[in-house]
Amino acid sequence: MARPRVTFPNRILPYLLLAPQVAITLVFFYWPASQALYTSTLREDAFGLAQEFVGLDNFRRVLGDPNYINSLQVTGIFSVFTVAVALGLGLLFAVMAEKLVRGRGFVRTLMIWPYAVAPAIAGMLWLFMFNPAMGSFAYMARTAGYNWDPLLNGSQAMILVIAAAAWKQISYNFLFFVAGLQAIPKSLIEAAAIDGAGETKRFWTIIFPLLAPTTFFLLVVNTVYAFFDTFGIIHAVTGGGPGKATETLVYKVYNDGFVNLNFGQSAAQSVILMVIVIALTAIQFRYVERKVHYG
Amino acid sequence: MRFQGLAASAAVTFTLLSTTSAFAVTEISWWHAMTGANNEVVETLSREFNESQSDYKVVPVFKGTYPDTLNAGIAAFRAKQPPHIIQVFDVGTGVMMGAEAAIKPVADILSMGGTAFDKSQYLPGIVAYYSKPDGTMLSFPYNSSSPILYYNKDLFQKAGLDPETPPKTWPEVFDAARKVKASGASNCGYTSTWLTWIGLENFAAWNNQQYGTKQNGLGGLDVELTINTPVFVKHFQNIADLAKENVFRYGGRTSEAKQLFLSGECAIMTESSGGLGDVVKSGMNYGLGQLPYYPDVEGAPQNTTPGGASLWVMAGHDEEEYEGVAAFFSFLSQTKIQQRLHEVSGYLPVTLAAYEATKKSGFYDKNPGREIPIRQMMGKEPTDNSRGVRLINLPAVRDIQNEEFEKMLAGEQTAQQALDNAVKRGNAAIEQAVNR
Repeated sequence: MARPRVTFPNRILPYLLLAPQVAITLVFFYWPASQALYTSTLREDAFGLAQEFVGLDNFRRVLGDPNYINSLQVTGIFSVFTVAVALGLGLLFAVMAEKLVRGRGFVRTLMIWPYAVAPAIAGMLWLFMFNPAMGSFAYMARTAGYNWDPLLNGSQAMILVIAAAAWKQISYNFLFFVAGLQAIPKSLIEAAAIDGAGETKRFWTIIFPLLAPTTFFLLVVNTVYAFFDTFGIIHAVTGGGPGKATETLVYKVYNDGFVNLNFGQSAAQSVILMVIVIALTAIQFRYVERKVHYG
Repeated sequence: MRFQGLAASAAVTFTLLSTTSAFAVTEISWWHAMTGANNEVVETLSREFNESQSDYKVVPVFKGTYPDTLNAGIAAFRAKQPPHIIQVFDVGTGVMMGAEAAIKPVADILSMGGTAFDKSQYLPGIVAYYSKPDGTMLSFPYNSSSPILYYNKDLFQKAGLDPETPPKTWPEVFDAARKVKASGASNCGYTSTWLTWIGLENFAAWNNQQYGTKQNGLGGLDVELTINTPVFVKHFQNIADLAKENVFRYGGRTSEAKQLFLSGECAIMTESSGGLGDVVKSGMNYGLGQLPYYPDVEGAPQNTTPGGASLWVMAGHDEEEYEGVAAFFSFLSQTKIQQRLHEVSGYLPVTLAAYEATKKSGFYDKNPGREIPIRQMMGKEPTDNSRGVRLINLPAVRDIQNEEFEKMLAGEQTAQQALDNAVKRGNAAIEQAVNR
């Protein structure tokens, strides 16, 4: 199966072709990342007028801060539920859309739309519906006698941000599940049907296992999404409150850095987050890239 | 930090682009956080100044919310490309004062025009807040406001209350709020924006209570909070009780509660005088009153403290450019400009002359509520408790207070516990920030 190797007679050209990508990575990843690493070892005032090298002191303070542990827990709960809801509903909608005989393309297009909405806008949409001061749905809930107040009730606030974050991600999952479903050979499903397997049985014993690579890939992508890309939603909807009920790790980086102007500890937190995302990416490359077959 | 690096490089790019465009006139950049009608005021002022002379050109740039603007300024300073003028909100005052090398005192700037700077022309309460302990004025007060009481006259009528008499004291407010709810006039009696600014910082000044040691931080950096003394605890336990009875409704940490008043749900609201524009625009039948106080507290009512924002001049520019800034500030100080600003925006006039001129024009006779915030601030000679609150990390301390209030209003803790926690956590945060 040996294909002829593509060789470049010119020795410089390949490097030239690579250069733009390398430059972008250097400017937008390595430079900021090294700045974060450097800042995380400093203690300084907001304007950078006085700096002091403190080694790993910022990391020690961050990890010893009960609020950081709280925000780890919040991130855990938020991510698990966001990912579970987004994956579950994405799969459900994909399976149901596959069954449609007519209007399948139309439904798919509609399902993908929310993905184009920016996180902050998505947050505002949900805020307009469910904010106790001005939300129409909140008003309905109150008149129906339900005490809906995510401004003071931490669990309700958490449900609200999870719903907003999951809603935005369902589209993405839907898209991949649809692709995954189409890659499953029809003959397998037909054979099972002939053998007398019902619809539920067929789904759990054939379709679901064959979708596993897609599911696993989406699991990683969704976790990264829940960890990092949901900042806009939380910023718009709850601002981390009430109390610290919805303060995730990323939100805390922002809050400590830009509200509290504590750049050293904020940078230390973003370095910890960087380690987490590198670990997640490594897992994805090690286990997922091998198994997923892009149809 | 990644965000910071990006913001810095964005700032550099912006400054490079903006400085290459003009050679003949000296450009003065003005970063601000004004939106809507207030943004138009900024644009108008800059245009008028630019048309009034040909040496300088003020270029206003909208930088987002107050915290965004402050952060943009900090990032730009660190990238050695600061704007000339930056609008910083009251809460950021301590941050700016803590960075003396990054700023140029407005007193120095104003005396550059050749004329000696005369502090007595400016409203004393406002100037004192933006001055160093030794009296040097550090920033130029641009938009100042003070909290006042708003009430819905129609709901008062429905509840059998006198719509022409606003409640004066806190007990009267709580009674009126309970009556509104009990009479079925509305589901919500009382709400408040900015629980920290109104309920703690101004509450302390107005009732002549100490907020923190070192004259509430005006006299030094290492402040210890004293907001868990009995008067504060009583006030917040009252609010917590009202919340439990569903008479008080919480709207959010900043000005979100205004919606609850504008929609006619809450009958009484304490809010910044700067929020008047939205209330007027809503077309509702509203009344205005003084900020309430506790009659059994000695010395109350004392005076309220200024909120809003001031203009800071950043270090690192040429003399010639600072002369332009000075020219712009004297332009802003003109009586007719200040008078117009005051009448259009609901913010306070900065100079005494502008206040007198507005009085003479009969504006307050037509709009009696508009003088309330000024009289509140000027009524009495301020005490050590009432010159304002200045902390090196007030935004962080307010966050802590808000978190504790939210737990209290949700019924998870009493007012005493909430304020004790706020003091303990606030002190720790201040100590860390001072030693940073």
